[in-house]
Amino acid sequence: MTGTSAPTSWRRPPQIIKDRRWRIAVQIGIVVYLVLAFGSVEVNWIRVYDGLERGQRFIMGFLQPDFSSRWRDISQGLIESLTMTLTSTVVGVAISVPIGIGAARNLAPRWIYYICRSIIAVSRSLQEIIIAIFFVAMFGFGPFAGFLTLSFATIGFIAKLLADDIEEIDETQAEAVRSTGATWWQVVNYAVQPQVMPRLIGLSLYRLDINFRESAVIGIVGAGGIGATLNTAIDRYEYDSAGAILLIIIAIVMVAEYGSSYLRKFLQ
Amino acid sequence: MTEITRYNQFWSHRTQRERLALWIGWLALVALFVWCWQIMTTDTIWFFVSDAPRQAADIGSRMVPPRWSYISELWVPLWDTLNIATLGTLGGVIMAVPVAFLAARNTTPSATVLRPIALFIIVASRSINSLIWALLLVAIIGPGLLAGIVAIALRSIGFVGKLLYEAIEETDTSQTEAIEATGASGLQVLNYGIVPQIMPAFWGITVFRWDINIRESTILGLVGAGGIGLKLQASLNTLAWSQVSVILLLILATVVLSEWVSARVRHAII
Repeated sequence: MTGTSAPTSWRRPPQIIKDRRWRIAVQIGIVVYLVLAFGSVEVNWIRVYDGLERGQRFIMGFLQPDFSSRWRDISQGLIESLTMTLTSTVVGVAISVPIGIGAARNLAPRWIYYICRSIIAVSRSLQEIIIAIFFVAMFGFGPFAGFLTLSFATIGFIAKLLADDIEEIDETQAEAVRSTGATWWQVVNYAVQPQVMPRLIGLSLYRLDINFRESAVIGIVGAGGIGATLNTAIDRYEYDSAGAILLIIIAIVMVAEYGSSYLRKFLQ
Repeated sequence: MTEITRYNQFWSHRTQRERLALWIGWLALVALFVWCWQIMTTDTIWFFVSDAPRQAADIGSRMVPPRWSYISELWVPLWDTLNIATLGTLGGVIMAVPVAFLAARNTTPSATVLRPIALFIIVASRSINSLIWALLLVAIIGPGLLAGIVAIALRSIGFVGKLLYEAIEETDTSQTEAIEATGASGLQVLNYGIVPQIMPAFWGITVFRWDINIRESTILGLVGAGGIGLKLQASLNTLAWSQVSVILLLILATVVLSEWVSARVRHAII
């Protein structure tokens, strides 16, 4: 009796790129790129070896953080960061609400739509740190420049998501309100606002969290906050103080993240 | 006959009590804002603030016209920047995959010891920005591309790890059960049951992170970690604003291009 012998081994078929020739071409391309890329990275191994001792000291500093000796600077930086975060989020959200409404296709006339969308595009394409450089050059060092930077960055984030949200609302509700003879303001207030409010609050809390993280960064270019303190600590090779600052940042970010996700669940 | 309930003549969205609570909430927010504002601006020098429009006009006039001849010096730093982003993403992904498998509830070997450690790694990596990682690494291993690559890699662990472990937890259990039923070992279950399910998510996350990393690696040079940011820092220090505008335009073009590439690739995969 001759039966077809079943294959005894099985190879998993390729999943992403089905054509064999393409697969080989992509693999060769990756290898060539990696060779070129690694070739252009110059590493001073002696410097790296010297640095290992410093790295060890940093890890020791992280494990035994020194909160007390620079506590005045740290608390000053923290207060600046936290106040900057809150004020910039409030101002940023307040400005982005009208811009977000203007950038929603179903509420605003065409020309306002284009103006608002371009404001959003400008705010989103520039990075916080680059904006911070300019604001520090214009307004001088300190948290005020940081506040302006974060407000500006908040506008792009909140206004875009709010506008997308408004465009996706349930049109039947807006139509029902409109059919009662409501004005534009009344449509916005009674049909649009209840539908997007929970999400707007959620986004604002999320942005509060992001703004705190960013406030730790923009201090490096002179815009105040805990980042400036961290930069000074590292420049002075005070790794135990730097470790303390990093631990504080991680703790606040964790608290903010869990707090905001809890609050969002509670509000929805 | 019972009395007829009298309804209010006007409809209002909320009850009296809700309105009061809402009003108090807003008042508290405004009070908090004013308080924070006062603390924040105690050291602000208002002369500089009122002087800002003049400064802005001054910088603006120095930035145009951009010095286009400077662009020939920028191609090598740009290549370095792309390498920082790509190699950093590669390193980050390689480190993130085991962390993600340790952190996912359905694949972790020990939920009491290893899972919290993996989750802490993810949180720590996510809460520290790549610029701060770079600041630390430049101090430790010296300025240069390597510091940038390692900074990007360390920052990517958290992002890729978090999204990947969520994808692993969302896999379909019936497929893994089918593989288990054939008598497969634990690693075989991972390889044939879970990996094929998370592959599209994995590539999507990687390309997405690569796109973000391009964005972040353009500025790592500000703290000495190589790439086009070094040129930006040099131009800013010498107040060469016409060169700054060239660099910013180049960064903008790179970011837009990488965003387009990543959108195309993700569209093709998912």
